[in-house]
Amino acid sequence: MITLNINGQTVQTDVEPDTPLLWVLRDHLNMTGSKYGCGKALCGACTVHIDGNATRSCVLPVSAVTSNKITTIEAVGVSKAGKAVQDAWIAEDVPQCGYCQSGQIMSATALLATNSKPTDADIDAAMAGNVCRCATYVRIRAAIKRAAGSLTT
Amino acid sequence: MSAAEDSMIHATRRDVLKGGAVLTVGLWLPSVGAQANEPAAAKAGTFVPNAFVRIGEDNIVTVLSKHTEMGQGSYTGLATIVAEELDADWNQIRVEGAPADAKLYNNLAFGPFQGTGGSTAIANSYEQLKNAGATARAMLVTAAANRWQVPANEITIASGVVQHKSGKSARFGELVADASKLPVPTEVKPKDPSAYNRIGKSAPRVDSRAKSTGKAIFTQDFKLPGMLTAVVAHPPRFGGKVKSFDASKAKEIKGVKSVVAFETPARSGVAVVATDFWAAKKGRDALSIEWDESNAFKQSSDEMLKQYRELSRKPGDIAKQEGDVEKAFASAARTFEATYEFPYLAHATMEPMNCVVQIGQGTCEVWNGEQFQTADQMAIATMLNIAPKDVKINQLFAGGSFGRRANPAGDYLVETVAIAKAIGTSDPVKLVWTREEDMRAGYYRPMYVHWLKAGVDAQGKIIAWQHRIVGQSITRGTLFDSKSKIDFTSVEGAQNLPYHVPNLLVELHTTEPQVPVLWWRSVGSTHTAFSTECFLDDIARGTKQDPCALRRSLLEKHPRHLAVLDLVAEKAGWNKKRATDEIYGLALHESFNSVVGQVAKLKKTPNGPKLVSVVCAVDCGIAVNPNIIAMQMESGIGYGLSAALMGAVTFKEGQVEQSNFDDYPVLRINEMPAVETHIVPSKNKPTGVGEPGTPVIAPALANALAQIDGKPIHALPLSAHGVKLA
Repeated sequence: MITLNINGQTVQTDVEPDTPLLWVLRDHLNMTGSKYGCGKALCGACTVHIDGNATRSCVLPVSAVTSNKITTIEAVGVSKAGKAVQDAWIAEDVPQCGYCQSGQIMSATALLATNSKPTDADIDAAMAGNVCRCATYVRIRAAIKRAAGSLTT
Repeated sequence: MSAAEDSMIHATRRDVLKGGAVLTVGLWLPSVGAQANEPAAAKAGTFVPNAFVRIGEDNIVTVLSKHTEMGQGSYTGLATIVAEELDADWNQIRVEGAPADAKLYNNLAFGPFQGTGGSTAIANSYEQLKNAGATARAMLVTAAANRWQVPANEITIASGVVQHKSGKSARFGELVADASKLPVPTEVKPKDPSAYNRIGKSAPRVDSRAKSTGKAIFTQDFKLPGMLTAVVAHPPRFGGKVKSFDASKAKEIKGVKSVVAFETPARSGVAVVATDFWAAKKGRDALSIEWDESNAFKQSSDEMLKQYRELSRKPGDIAKQEGDVEKAFASAARTFEATYEFPYLAHATMEPMNCVVQIGQGTCEVWNGEQFQTADQMAIATMLNIAPKDVKINQLFAGGSFGRRANPAGDYLVETVAIAKAIGTSDPVKLVWTREEDMRAGYYRPMYVHWLKAGVDAQGKIIAWQHRIVGQSITRGTLFDSKSKIDFTSVEGAQNLPYHVPNLLVELHTTEPQVPVLWWRSVGSTHTAFSTECFLDDIARGTKQDPCALRRSLLEKHPRHLAVLDLVAEKAGWNKKRATDEIYGLALHESFNSVVGQVAKLKKTPNGPKLVSVVCAVDCGIAVNPNIIAMQMESGIGYGLSAALMGAVTFKEGQVEQSNFDDYPVLRINEMPAVETHIVPSKNKPTGVGEPGTPVIAPALANALAQIDGKPIHALPLSAHGVKLA
C-alpha cells in the first residue's frame, strides 16, 4: 500500500512501486485528466505539479513522490493562478482536440506561480516541453498573457 | 463554474432518462424500433430517434453531431447552424456525438456512409441542420400559436424565448410537451442568409471548458466495470507474422490476465491483457516473440526514393491532358524543370490509437473517437461474423486524428475486437497503443516524388506545364477504390491546377510498396500544393516576374482564387516596401472547395531566418463561425509547418526508424509563428476549413526561403536538407 498526498488529500493505493505516477492517477485513482502521450517525458501531456513544479508524471515512479504534494488538473483551479489560467484558456478558446491541454495548463500555471509577467521567451522556455498537435500555440501564448494580466490587476 | 457550463457537451444518457418530455426532430423518421442503433434520445423522446435536435423541458437544446469532434470544431460549427435557425441562446446549446448509423447520419458528401473527413462536416450538414433547426422552430412556434390562440406568423423567437406582440412569451422548455404532440411538418422554410444573426459571428467553442478542466472524456479515459487493458507487440516489419512466442515471463507480472496472438487484415501481433496499462505494458515488454518475416517489407527509404526518381523520368498514366505539351516545349523560348521529394509522414495524434470494445452474444459495443463509424461497423461485423447493425458505436472525443482514425479497414478497432475475441472475454477490453506502436504501425502519408517541366515564351508567359507524380495510392484496394488507373487523391491539386496554361499534362505512376498508407490532413494537396506553388515561384524568379502578379495574370477564370490572393496580398502588405531583413513568401491553393492564400513573413537574424508571422486569407463560402475558421487556419498552419520543418518517417531494411517525439520531432511553441486570418466575404454555401489551411504554409515558407540565396527548396522536410530556421 502506498500513501500519497494528491490535491490536498491523503490517498492510499495498492500499486507496484515502479508504476509511474501517471498510471496510478489514471488507472487506480480514476483521475483521467492527466494524459498519456509518449511515456518518455517528451510531450508533456502528463504534466502534474510536484510541490508546485511542473513535472512529467509518465516517467515518475510513484514510490518517488510519497512525501510530496501532488497537484493535478482536477484541482489546479483551486489555486489563484490555476483558476486564472483555466479561465484564460476558455476565454481565448485555446483547446481544439484538447488532449494535451491538461498538461499545457499545468505547465502554464507553474510558470505564472513563479513569474507573474512572463515574456515571450519565458513562455517559450516554460512551454516548449508541451506538444500540441493541433498547434494551438498562438492561443496558448495569448491565454498565458491574459492570465498574467488578470493576476496582476 | 456552473454545472450547466460543465455539461455543455455530452449530455449523457442519464440526463435523457431522468425524465421530462423531449422534443426530438429528425429529417428521416422511421417507425419506432426500426433501428438497432438507437440514438441517445430514443428512450425518453416523444418522437422516434434519428434526430439532429433534441429539446428538453429544461430548455436545453441538444444537437446530435453525426461528425466526430477531433479538434476541428465541428461540434461548435454544427451547433451554430441549429442555434441560428432556432434563434436559441448560445448558453442553452449542448452537443452530443450521434451513434453510428449509415442511414440517419450519412455523410451527404460521400455516403451512404457515416464518416467525418474531407473537410465536409459543415459543408454536407449545412442544409440538413438548417432544416432540422427550422423544423424544430416551426413546431415550437405552432405550439405557442395554438396555446395563445394567435397567428403563427406573429410569433418571433429571440435568445431562446418565443414571444408574441401581446406580451405573451415562453421558453422552449415550456412548449416541449405541446410541440411533441404535433405532426412533423413536411416542409419548412429555413432562414435566408440575409436574416442570419448568429452565423457569421464568432461564438465560443462548446467544448472549451470540459477540455480546460480535464473533464472531457477521450477513449483513453473511458472506463467500464471489469474493463481490461491490452498492450500489444506488432511485428517489426509490415507483413510480418507471429511465428511463436513465449509468454511465461509476461504471465508472472501481477495483473496480467492473458497473452494472445491476434491477426487482422491489417496486421498480426501479440497482446498482453491485464487489469491496467502498466501491468500490460510490463507484460508486453517481457514477451519473447519470434516473427515470420518471409513476406515482410524489407526496403529502405533511400532505395525507394531512387526508384521513384527513375520512374519520374518515364511517362506515366495520364490524369489530365490539354493541348500538346511536347509541341509547346519545342517552341518555348525557355524551359524550367524541377523535382520535388516528400517523405512518409505519421499523423502522430496526441492521443495514440486506442479503442474500447465489449463483445456480447452476437453483438459488439464500441467506444471510440473515430472518423469512419459505419466503415468500422462493417469491418468489425465482418471480423465477428455478425450483422453491422449489431455493432453499436458510441462516439467519444478524439484526441486528434488528422485522417488517422478514418481508416477504411478500421485497423486499430478491428485489432481491439480481435484481441477480445482471442481471449474469449465478454468483459470490456481497452486497447492502448504506446507512442512507439502508434508511430510504427503505419498508415502514413505516402512518400512522393514529383517532376515538373514548364515552357515559357519570349514574354515570360507560361505556355506549357507538365507535372508527373510518383507514389502510392491511398484508396487502392479500399472501399474508396475508384478502380481507375488514376487515384484522384494522388493528383488532386495538380490535376485541377487553377492557373491558365494552354498546354497541360499531368501524369501519375502508382507504386505499390508494402507500406500501409492513409489520408493525412489535406491528402493530395500535402504534396501537390508544394510542387505547383514552388515551381510557379521558380518560374517567376527565372522570368523576373513578381510572384503575386504572375499568379494574378493566370487566374482570370478563377475569381475566388483571385479574391483570396488579393486579400492576402493586401493584408500582408505584399506591394509595400519591405525592410531589407524582411522576406515574404506567397502561396495559394484550393482544397476541399475552399481557397487559402498565405504569406509567410521571414526575418533575417544572426541565427538564420526566423518565421515571424503568417498572414492567411480564406474563402470557405459563408463563414458559419469565424472563430472556428481562424482556429483551423492556425492549426492547419502549425500542422503543415511541423511536417515541412521536420516531419519524416523513414525505413531501414523495412523497419521504421522513428519511434517517439524525440526522433519524430513535432512543432513546439517556440517554432510557431503569429497567425492572422482574414475571411473573404461570401454568399456561397459553406465549404471546409479543417484541412485547407495545412498545405499552403510549406510552399509559402519555401518561396520565402528561396529568395534568401536564390536556391529553391526541392525536398522536405527542411531539417533533412540542411535548412534550419532561427
